[in-house]
Formats: sequence, C-alpha cells, structure tokens
Amino acid sequence: MTMDKLLVSPNPHIHAPVSTKSLMRDVIIALIPAVICSFVFYGWREILVMAVSVASCVLLEWAITKYMLRKPSTIGDLSAVITGILLALNLPYTTPWWVVMIGAVVAIGVAKMTFGGIGQNIWNPALVGRVFLLVSFPTYMTTWGAPQGVVDAVSGPTPLGAIQEGLMQGASVQELTSAFNYKDLLFANLGGSAGEACALALLAGFVYLCCRKVIKPWITLSIFATVALVSLAFWAADPTRFTDPLFNLLTGGLVLGACFMATDYVTSPMTLWGGVIFGVGIGFLTMMIRYFGSYPEGVSFAILIMNSVVPLLNMWFHQKKFGRK
Amino acid sequence: MSKNTFSIGGVHPHDSKISRGCPICPLPLAPTVYISVAQHIGAPSVPCVAVGDKVKVGQVIAEPGGFVSAFIHSSVSGTVKSIGPRPDLAGRPVTHIEIAVEGDEWAEGIDTSDTLVTEIPSDNKAIVEKIRQGGVVGLGGATFPTHVKLSPPPGSKCERVIINGCECEPYLTSDFRTLLEKGEQVVIGAAILSQVMGNVPCTIAIEENKPKAIAHIREVIGKLGYEGIEVMVMKMRYPQGGEKQLIDAVMHRQVGSGALPISVGAVVQNVATALAVYDAVQKNKPIVDNSVTVTGECFPNQANLMVRVGTPLRYILDYLGGIPSDAVKVISGGPMMGRAVANLDAATVKGTGALLLLTEAQTRRGVESECIRCGRCADACPMGLEPFLLQKLSRNADVEALEANAAHDCIECGCCLYSCPANIPLLDWVRMGKGLAMGAIRARAAAAKAAAEAAKK
Amino acid sequence: MSNIIIWTIAVITVLGLLLALVLYLVAQKFKVEEDPRIDEVEKAMPGANCGGCGFAGCRAFAEAAVKASNLDNNYCPVGGNDTMAKVAAILGIEVKAKAPMVAVVRCNGSCAVRPKVNEWGGTESCAVKAQLYAGDTGCSFGCLGCGDCVKACQFGALSMDPETGLPVVDQSKCTACGACVKACPKAVIELRPAGPRGMRVYVSCLNRDKGPVAKKACASACIGCGICAKTCTHDAIVVEGNIAYIDASKCKLCRECEAMCPTGAIHGVNFPKALDKDAIKERIKARQQKAKEAANE
Repeated sequence: MTMDKLLVSPNPHIHAPVSTKSLMRDVIIALIPAVICSFVFYGWREILVMAVSVASCVLLEWAITKYMLRKPSTIGDLSAVITGILLALNLPYTTPWWVVMIGAVVAIGVAKMTFGGIGQNIWNPALVGRVFLLVSFPTYMTTWGAPQGVVDAVSGPTPLGAIQEGLMQGASVQELTSAFNYKDLLFANLGGSAGEACALALLAGFVYLCCRKVIKPWITLSIFATVALVSLAFWAADPTRFTDPLFNLLTGGLVLGACFMATDYVTSPMTLWGGVIFGVGIGFLTMMIRYFGSYPEGVSFAILIMNSVVPLLNMWFHQKKFGRK
Repeated sequence: MSKNTFSIGGVHPHDSKISRGCPICPLPLAPTVYISVAQHIGAPSVPCVAVGDKVKVGQVIAEPGGFVSAFIHSSVSGTVKSIGPRPDLAGRPVTHIEIAVEGDEWAEGIDTSDTLVTEIPSDNKAIVEKIRQGGVVGLGGATFPTHVKLSPPPGSKCERVIINGCECEPYLTSDFRTLLEKGEQVVIGAAILSQVMGNVPCTIAIEENKPKAIAHIREVIGKLGYEGIEVMVMKMRYPQGGEKQLIDAVMHRQVGSGALPISVGAVVQNVATALAVYDAVQKNKPIVDNSVTVTGECFPNQANLMVRVGTPLRYILDYLGGIPSDAVKVISGGPMMGRAVANLDAATVKGTGALLLLTEAQTRRGVESECIRCGRCADACPMGLEPFLLQKLSRNADVEALEANAAHDCIECGCCLYSCPANIPLLDWVRMGKGLAMGAIRARAAAAKAAAEAAKK
Repeated sequence: MSNIIIWTIAVITVLGLLLALVLYLVAQKFKVEEDPRIDEVEKAMPGANCGGCGFAGCRAFAEAAVKASNLDNNYCPVGGNDTMAKVAAILGIEVKAKAPMVAVVRCNGSCAVRPKVNEWGGTESCAVKAQLYAGDTGCSFGCLGCGDCVKACQFGALSMDPETGLPVVDQSKCTACGACVKACPKAVIELRPAGPRGMRVYVSCLNRDKGPVAKKACASACIGCGICAKTCTHDAIVVEGNIAYIDASKCKLCRECEAMCPTGAIHGVNFPKALDKDAIKERIKARQQKAKEAANE
C-alpha cells in the first residue's frame, strides 16, 4: 500500500479522448487543402494575408484575455487560429495587410471577446470581420485581382459579380454564364476571395470533418439542397434572368460558408432539426440576396442573419426524449 | 450476426476487458467480515442476531425491514463481534454486523455440491418465497430486491424476461466469466424466472464482444432443451445494459418517464441475479458471495474472485498484491457508473461487482473550460436529454424548468461528461437537478395523496 | 426652406401628441388598482431582494406585510428592527423588536486538526460533494470546504480562510438573511443571536460520532463528554447524540464551558478580554468545593 489519499469524484471516471483543442485541430486539418490551394493559385500575397490574419487573431485574443478580461488565456484551444484562417480565406488576396488587421480586430475583438470569448459569441467572428470590411472598404474587398500563383488560372472578376453587372447592362444569363465553365469553378476559381479558389479542396475538408465526427453533415447538406431547389425553381421559370443551380452551388463562397462557417459549433443550433431549419434558412436567404439583393452574393449575410436566430432554434427544437411522445 | 441496440444516444468507450481470461477463483476468507444491513434499495434490514452469537454460513442475520427490503445472511461461520455504525465506502456511517471468522461451517439444508439440478419446482409462489428467503437482489448494480420485481402489480402482465448479460461497462468481466463457467446455472435460473412470470419467452442479451459466452450459452440452451429461451447478440455500445435501453433494444418498446419495465411487459434481471436465483431455488443457497472483477491497467494481478459478502476491500486488494503506486483511484463498479471508494476499510456488499484501479492520467478530470455548444452531450445522452441545458438550470436551481426538460429521466450513465470536450462536470449538476425535479414531483404526489385522503374523510 | 422646417416641427409635434394620447389611454386601460402602501413599504425595505424573509423579494414582502394583521411572521432580517419600525409606522401597527442574529459556523475542523483522508476530484461544490459521500476528512458532519455558503452570500459577509479551509463570517456585513444556512448541505451554519456587543458562546462542532471516533477524525471535535453541561450553572447546555448545544437564550456568557472543554470545540467570540482558562478553572473548583462542603454539612 503506497497510496495515501484516494481520489474521489462522481462518475464517470474515464473521459473520451476529445477536447476543445482536439476538435479545433481537426477543423484546422480540414482547412489545410483549401489553404494550400489558395497559396498555389494566388501566390505569396495570399501567404501574407493568411499570416497577418492568423497572427493578429491569435495575438489579439491573447492580449484581450491577459490585459482586459484578466483570465487564463484561451488561445491554446486553437479557435483563434481557425478564425484567422477563415477570415483570410474570405478576403481577396490583394487585400492590404492593414485592412486584414482591421478585419481581425473586428472578428476577435468585437465579434468574439466582447461577448465573453469562445462559446459566448452570437455571430461567427470571421464572418463579422469579413462583412465589416465589405461595407467599410468596398474598393479593396471587390477588387479581385487575377490569380498570380504557379497555376495558370483564368483571370477576371468574380462570376457572380460579373453576372450581376452584365444583367444590369441588359445581357441574358445564358450569354454571361457561357463565359465560365464548371470545371474551372470546381478546381480553380476565376477570381474572388481566396477560399473560393477550389471547391473540391473545401469539400475534401468537409468530408474529413464528417468522418471524424467533428461535425454532422445536416446543416451543410440542407444549405446545398435549399440553394439547389430554390435556384432550380427560378431557373426553370426564367433561365434568362436567373442563374442555374450548379452555378449557384459552386460560386460565391457557398461551399466555404456551408462547410466551415455555418457549421461553427458556437453559432449553429445544437439539435438535428434545429440544424436543418438553420441550413434551409441560410440557403433560402442566400438565394434571395443573390437574385434580388444589391450584393452579388449573400452567403455571409445569410449566415449572420441565421446566427441571430440560433437561440430561438435551440429553444424550439429539442432532442427526442426517450419514452416520451 | 444481427446487431440489436437502443435507439437514442450512447457512447463507445474502449472495452478494456483485460481480465476476461481470468477464471473466477475463490478468495480465501478474511479474518473478520463486516456485513452491512443496507445492501439493497429499500428499507434497511433489521439485525436478528446478538453480539456473541455463533453463526453459520447462510444463516439469516438480518430480516427485511419492509416489503421492499431483503434478508441478509451470514457469509461466514463464526462469532458476532459487534453490531453498530461503520463507515461504508462513501465514508457514511451504516449499521454493520461484524463477524469474526471461525472455520467454514455451512447452515443446514444448503446444497454446496456442484451437482446441476435441472428439475424446476412447479409451485411459483414457493419459488418466489425461496428467492425472498435467499436474500436475492438485483446484482446488476441497483440491488433492487428480486422478489418485488417478480411480484408485478395487479393488472400488469409480463411478456418477456430479459437476462442482462451485456456487461457494457468497460473493464468488467465477472458476468462474462459467470456465463462461461456457470452457463448451465444461469440458463436454469433464466428458465425459473420465465416460469415464474407465467411461462413467458426469455431473452439472454449478450454484447458482441463476448463471442465465447454467446456460443457457450447457445450450446447450453440446446443441451438443456429450453425452447423459450434465446440468445440475442447486442451491439457493443454503452449503456446497452441500462434497463430501459435494453428493453428498447430487445423489445423495441420504450418505458415511459417514471414508469416501471413491467408497464411495457418486460422484466429484466442480470446474469449474476439469474445465478443467484438458481442457487436460492435449486440449492437452497442464499447470497453469501458474489463474483468481483479486480482490474485496471496499472494492476498486475487482475482477477475475477468469488468474494464473501462483507469482505473488507483492503483485504481483497492486499491479497492480490496491494495497490500499485501509480493508482490514484479505486472504483467499486465500472468506470462509467461505478462509485469512487473513499474508504478502503469498507466491506463488499451483494452488489459489489468490481474493483477498478485507475491512474492519474486515466481518471483525473481535465480543467473545465467554456461550453462550445458542440451538442455532443445531447448526442450521447441515451435518454434524449440536453445535459448542457440541464446543468445550467441545475446551477440556478430552476426546478420548474428542470422538470419541464425531464431532468428526472436521467439514468446517471455518465455519457454526457464522458463526451464533453470542455470537461464541464455535466453529470454532477444534472444529478443535482434530477434530485430537485424528483423532490418537486414527490412533494406534489404527497400533497395530492393528502388532499385525496382529506376528501375521503 | 423655412417651409420645410415648419412642416417638420409641426408633423413631429402632432405625432408626439398623438402617441402621448395613445400611451395615456393604454395606461388607463391596463391600470392595476393597488394598495398604495405596498409601494411605501417597498421603499422602506433594503431592496436586496435576498429572500431572507421567506418571500420572493422585497416587493413580495411588502404585499404580504400590507395584507397581514400583525408582523409576527413578517420580519426583514436584513433591515432589522429599524426597517421593521418604519414598516410598522406605515401600516399603523405595532412590532416587537427582535434580537439581531448572525450566522455562526459550527465547525472548527481546520486543515491542521482535521486531516484529509482522501482527495476530492469532482466539482467544487458542497452540494455535489455531499450528494456523493461523507467528505474528504474522517468527519462526516463537518464543513466540506467548497464554499457554497460564500457563493450564496449576497452581502460579501462570508469568505473562505485558505489556511483553515473553513468559512469566516464578517459580522459587520452579515445580515442574517439565512441564504448560507439554506446553501449548506451539512447544516453547519446556524443563525444565532448576535449577543450583547457581539459577544456569544457556541459549540463549533456537529460531530455526532462517539468520542473516540470523533476525536480520531478531528482533534477539536466535540466528543460529547458532557463536561460543559455539568459545569454550566445556567442550565444552558444540553448534550444529545454525542454533541453539545448551547441555548443562547439561557447563556450568561460566563465562558466556563469554554474554559473546561477538553477539545476546544466551544468558541467564545468578541469578548474584550482573552479567555483566562486557569482563573476560571480555579473559580469552578472553589465553587464545587463549597458545594461539596455544603452537601457534607
């Protein structure tokens, strides 16, 4: 007998090999293909944007917990790194470094830490940062430079932006979409924010997260399904005015938003049906903004609007309880 | 192999059944045993021996203190040394009967031979009385007196007896060894139970990680020629052996909130209980010992022991070489639902199924951090509850909301805390909330009863 | 230009008047008739909404007080006699002054005298701990040391002493609301009369185990020896279930029990002079001698 004091605690006495940090690490791993693609397509300036974004997010969170909230630092859980990566993927690679930093301040400082840090924020921090920059620095945010990376990709404005502009000048959708081919959309975008570079890389990350059971696919799938159905309905009614479903699925950051932004734990509902309603709402709002709004694409706004509804969804949709009707 | 399982939640911890190869062997008698009078759910038993009395193995030393209570028998032969309070494994004083061991003389009428008695008596009432006299309680953990379970309230009808051989808790192997070594007895015990409940069919549910036991029990059933008894292979998933979960998995019926299994026509008994029923009915042998798994990665001499009731825990561990230096926690039961031992001088009770030793790294709780609202606790909860919500309500003692969100349905299986990435002590608080909600429900029921009685007058 | 300004002002003014009218009508329609004294009483209350009086906050207390015929069952421990006098004046009824109370910790099993026998690894909450087991010391009656009482106190009157591991009551802040009494799962905290100038003597232990068991778990436990009860000349001490209890209404603060207690479980606080054990023992001895002689004669 060598032990002098027994440890006593209530059951359970063992724990699953999972922690906040391990979950966040999995999300980062899932983002790696998309990050690599963005580096390959957009070159060193994208590396700079990514570095500035991640570094500012992490530093800011560290500084705020240490000097303002005066509590143990939370940067160890890696959630700030994810916010940094997502913010960078949401910006054009041409964004000046100081604009990226302002985005990080809004994302971490305003959208996350003001509410009390991880777990407390209502809106997805990276998206708040992005939308803030979009309305504050529209010039930088909509100047999509041509890809400069090692791959010889097609250059031009964002597909959705081009179409909205074209429609205003009286062209028909068919003429405009014929300029893009879907293979380009899947593998290498034409211009746009870095995270839109390669839908396939993002989907690979999404599949990884689902396989690791980090996220459940319902939210993402319901977004895709809603976008496809809504655009199919409009497109079938009038193909000259409305873009087709596949085009809508592959452009404007929908894949990035649906796979990585809408599935953020903190800002999405906790139950299955809450998640499905959440996804349907995002899909529907996205299409309404795209077809009828003044912004060419609406994923960011749609997610932020639905983020606000999450507390209500959590209140309305509960688990099915055992042995109860 | 079909895979039967319950419909909501559950987790999949590593099964760690490292002692599955150790046959059950008897533990030498301790010099002194301490037999608790509160070894079962319900009223504590009343001692019926006095200090100085000589007792034999199997002699009644305490009588039931009510309908929901049980006989307690001496597990050794010797002299009663004292009757008085002694700390149990939680350190709380409970009346124990202390007996100094002298020899090993059994009370008369107990058949201690190994001969298998296959003939089942036909008088069901006599069988239930024998089970009651044998002090049989549910040995799956809840220690609910078995004769009460076998006397369903009028109007309810049993349609199936389920023998719970899931042993879904990691580490535990005593039920597995019992199935392997005493398969015939367990099957006859099952046959007795199904006869008592009105010749209903019987299912012996065994998790798929025990293929040997499954094959053996199938063989035994064939050999003994019972037609109404079948083996059902269950998926490996915790808490498969939870009473409500098992009924859901086997019969696809969900026992309602606050209702008993008999309300959906089920009676569930554990493998060890089936064996105790066999012993009590066929051999006149009351519960004086039970099989205990002593295990843990840090514990080199893992074993499955036949331990007399009332043996001090320290004696068992010392017999197997003492507690290794890297062990920090001793658990009575499995790692998911077992109770941490605060006092090694406490003695075993009928329901002690295992002693598990864990190291600092295995069992120390991580530092609690903010809830990230991942919903894993809700996914894991086999009762479909929302632990993240309940723990908050419980911290605020919001009794009304706790009841509305079914805190009282919690079965304390530990899946929520097991799966929480932020190490939030969910179950600690949900259990508090469960207590609050149950208290409110009971108070209401008592008030309604009082009002009804007042109206009668 | 000036036209626009005039119009703007006119429209806003008319709009303002219209809305004011609507508000007024709605307020009239949904007006609740209430005894105006409720508001007055509520104003006289401390406004802590602590629930120490047994009602759900000061407003609920005021409503009950206005309805009640006397104030015997309505007492605000936080405001004390001053507040109750004000309330009585508003309601035009008499109120008896009550002795001020204070929270008293009935456990003195500090880390030094009550060794830990196991380590708690669960939630830092007395309620959770008490539910699971007897506690991390050999004493199953004493303070669990997780500070539920400190969390329950709204007035900052309680704090945990890191050295002893026991809660300490700051008498100047304690309002005797009773929140800590309710929060303690072991009923360690009791509300006792504060005593003249805060002087009071009480048994700071709840251990009901037999003497040797209690003593083994905690060096300063009450062992139920009964010396205090035998010493007390005011009949203020009863020993029941191996534990002594001092009835504050009978205690004359002579401190003889405190001096005689073999384990130091009896505490006297706020006395101007330190306890002179020897002098008191002498005094008791002399008295007992006298009594013996008287009996012999």
